[in-house]
Amino acid sequence: MNMETPVLAYHKADAPDGFSAPGIFATTLDRVVGLARKNSIWPLPFATSCCGIEFMATMGAHYDLGRFGAERLSFSPRQADLLMVMGTIAKKMAPVIQQVYIQMAEPRWVLAVGACAASGGIFDSYSVLQGIDRVVPVDVYVPGCPPRPEQIIDGFMKIQELVAKEPLRRRYSKEYKEMLAEYGIL
Amino acid sequence: MDNSFIIDKLYKRFGQDILKMDTASDILTFTVASPVIHDLIDFLKNDENLNFSFLTDLCGIHYPDRGLPLGVVYHLHNLSENNRIRIKTFTTLANPAVRTVTDLFSTANWMERETYDFYGIIFEGHPNLKRILNVEYMDFFPMRKEYPLEDPTREDKDDRYFGR
Repeated sequence: MNMETPVLAYHKADAPDGFSAPGIFATTLDRVVGLARKNSIWPLPFATSCCGIEFMATMGAHYDLGRFGAERLSFSPRQADLLMVMGTIAKKMAPVIQQVYIQMAEPRWVLAVGACAASGGIFDSYSVLQGIDRVVPVDVYVPGCPPRPEQIIDGFMKIQELVAKEPLRRRYSKEYKEMLAEYGIL
Repeated sequence: MDNSFIIDKLYKRFGQDILKMDTASDILTFTVASPVIHDLIDFLKNDENLNFSFLTDLCGIHYPDRGLPLGVVYHLHNLSENNRIRIKTFTTLANPAVRTVTDLFSTANWMERETYDFYGIIFEGHPNLKRILNVEYMDFFPMRKEYPLEDPTREDKDDRYFGR
């Protein structure tokens, strides 16, 4: 009886650069930690409007962000690695965003999804924050109004690249601390 | 209760303080002098024949070209006879003060705070007149026409791209 080999459905992470010989593999600690981190990011969804609906589709079975190791959403900032801001942020909500960011433990990343989170979008108005990068540092911007799930996944994969390549000492560097001080975050 | 009954009653009591009367959009509308606004709404609510017991809405308005530019508009509803009435009153920009109606309608509390927040109209006697929707540190009244709608903190907008 002829049986086909079943196709493996899970995502297999590639090994980082390094030296290999029979029975051994050597690489740097940064890369091993980066490999582990990038495939187990816990996102904190901060969804306020239509981009949030697109994010719900992204988390659903059809697009399935779980394939990238991010199926475990963290609704507590304490355990979250990635703050995903999706939607219009009013000026009154700006201190809330900053507070959530402060409550996240290092290392932490921020993804601004959609035109509103990136720049205020069409809401060039006295009441709307003109981009969340006025209150927290942003790592990746996803354009679109709202962006499709593919674009959100693309932005997420850009975050994964940053996570994989981050040096272990970066969060202790003088430049990083100065950057946080500019936002009034310490 | 028809409109002529309400008109008679109001003119008998507040004759010289009613500046204008019309029926725009099928709602009986009175424009009255601002000092009598509280007494007039008290009368509309508590007179046993008028009985306008429900404050549907209270909001501000700004006509920059008029002598009395800042206004407050009250919508009242007689629920038992399904009658509606609209009262307008106007004040100056220098002293935009109107007596509160929170002692007559508790619901006016937040409505007057909102009107203060966006137009800077001072409701005298209000128990807690502070901003309700905008950020506390805002130092202007955004719905007044002299302030631009756009966010003043944006530096990246070039007027040439917007035809101005």
